Amino acid sequence: MKLGTSAIIGGLLFALAIFVGLFAPWLAHTDPVMGANLMNAEEPPSWIWWFGTDAQGRDIYSRVVHGARISLTVGIVSQLVNSVIGVTLGLTAGYWGGWWDDVVNGLTNLMLAIPSLIFALAIMAVLGPGLTSLLIALGLTNWSFTCRIARASTLSLKSQGYVQAARVLGYGDLRIMITQLLPNMVGPIIVIGTLGMGGAVLAEASLSFLGLGIRPPYPSWGSMLSEARDQITTAPWLSVFPGLAIFLTVLGLNLLGDGLRDVLDPQSRSRRA
Amino acid sequence: MTAPPLIEVEDLRIDLDDGAKHVAAVEGVSFRIDRGETFGLVGESGCGKSITALALIGLLRRPLSVAAGTIRFEGREIQGLSAAEQRALRGNRIAMIFQEPMTALNPVSPVGRQIAEMFVLHKGKSWREANRLAVEALANVRVPAPERRVKDYPHQLSGGMRQRVMIAIALACDPDLLIADEPTTALDVTVQAEIIELMRNLCAERGTAILMISHDLGLVANVCRRVGVMYAGRIVEERGSDDIFRACAHPYTQGLVDSLPRLGSRAALGRSRLREIAGVVPAIADFPGGCRFNPRCAQATEICRTTAPETTWLGAGGLVRCHHHA
Repeated sequence: MKLGTSAIIGGLLFALAIFVGLFAPWLAHTDPVMGANLMNAEEPPSWIWWFGTDAQGRDIYSRVVHGARISLTVGIVSQLVNSVIGVTLGLTAGYWGGWWDDVVNGLTNLMLAIPSLIFALAIMAVLGPGLTSLLIALGLTNWSFTCRIARASTLSLKSQGYVQAARVLGYGDLRIMITQLLPNMVGPIIVIGTLGMGGAVLAEASLSFLGLGIRPPYPSWGSMLSEARDQITTAPWLSVFPGLAIFLTVLGLNLLGDGLRDVLDPQSRSRRA
Repeated sequence: MTAPPLIEVEDLRIDLDDGAKHVAAVEGVSFRIDRGETFGLVGESGCGKSITALALIGLLRRPLSVAAGTIRFEGREIQGLSAAEQRALRGNRIAMIFQEPMTALNPVSPVGRQIAEMFVLHKGKSWREANRLAVEALANVRVPAPERRVKDYPHQLSGGMRQRVMIAIALACDPDLLIADEPTTALDVTVQAEIIELMRNLCAERGTAILMISHDLGLVANVCRRVGVMYAGRIVEERGSDDIFRACAHPYTQGLVDSLPRLGSRAALGRSRLREIAGVVPAIADFPGGCRFNPRCAQATEICRTTAPETTWLGAGGLVRCHHHA
């Protein structure tokens, strides 16, 4: 399989973000929360303060590095939850059909009709701010596309000879779903998941920006943007660097998703084969 | 008391009911297959032979359903079994191979794994043991270098190899009955002969009965000891395969025999072109009354249009349904 340029660039950007998140304590210069020192307040970017400092004198570089942890955790975990929910519902609905299919379809349409950010806002309002509620809110609100894809794939795969053959050979429903249907639909699911991860990073930033996600002083890219908005004219570096981090991560994920689609798309695969 | 036949179908009727119409796709079909026996069902596409096979393994899905009659496997009625009991039969005691080896294998799973899955599923083996047995199974179907081939994906194999893999999967659990639904239609003629030979030998070694379904009377008569000829959902003639060429009793069978191409036939048989059966197979929705073959039959008379012919028993266990049988 040949990876396209966009998949490689996207993959590198995403890998960089993961690397930064994993090794944040070693990469950061100061403690992101406790490293405040009013003597250094609002320093512009320099050799000492790579990304400048904020009004409390905290190092923005260290905060962006630590912010990667939260943003990526939210992006990856919430999208995983979404994928699991979407695939489970879509696969079973497409396979069994009948009333269960109607229920899942209704639910999917409901989720698509409500703007997911508003829905997440509502959940956050009930659960209160914090990482856990953020994961729950974003994990429960973005599975509808995955569900649709999984259901559509199941419907088309169900009539394939090998799925019929598996039934004839005595496979149970669960075994057919896991060994015959699931492996044949992972391609599009991975693509949707990667793109969804970018969406989740953005959603985290939006929620934190609105004050419902990660609360200051803990650094997430969204909450940093939120804090920086008053000083956007006097200290633009406060918003530029977290914004850049969001931009590059989401760009990376989208490029990766597009690149993976080219590789995993059954049509392009059969063209090569 | 003698042991019950391996599989016994009695007066089977399969209905097609899609809400708008309700018709019998298969009607009054009876046959039995003993242990190790080979039986063939022959007929044109749409005559109901494949859905009869699906009914045998309890896999008819809406809009098709068994409306009447019984199917007994070793004396036990298939319809009376629970879903789990039916699953335990499928693939384990009754296996099946299909027309399209291209699509009957999972494209994203190595073939060895697909064979091994049968041992895990039906024999409760560990994966390690199952993988070892899968290599053996591939060797049994004469796939060269089986220990390397098990890692191959279906698209890396030729059509003939894929059909060998299908046979390996089907015979993995030493089933009592192998249903072969047009097993060689999608293959080259030369490969066809190899696959048929392989299937026949393996089944003979293991005492596996074969139910072969095909439109190719010559092929079925070659493989099977007895042949049932199906037309428009009914068995019109059932004979030993030796008898069927020598003296077939039903005009439809005669038509099938006449339409078989034979090498050098012009000189030997004194005919210049292949004969076909006039007309087309009727659609399920509008089967004609009386004998269903009557619109296409040269010998049809008034009674053929009004009354469905009764079963007439011929010698040596043969039967025919025709008012004018020879």
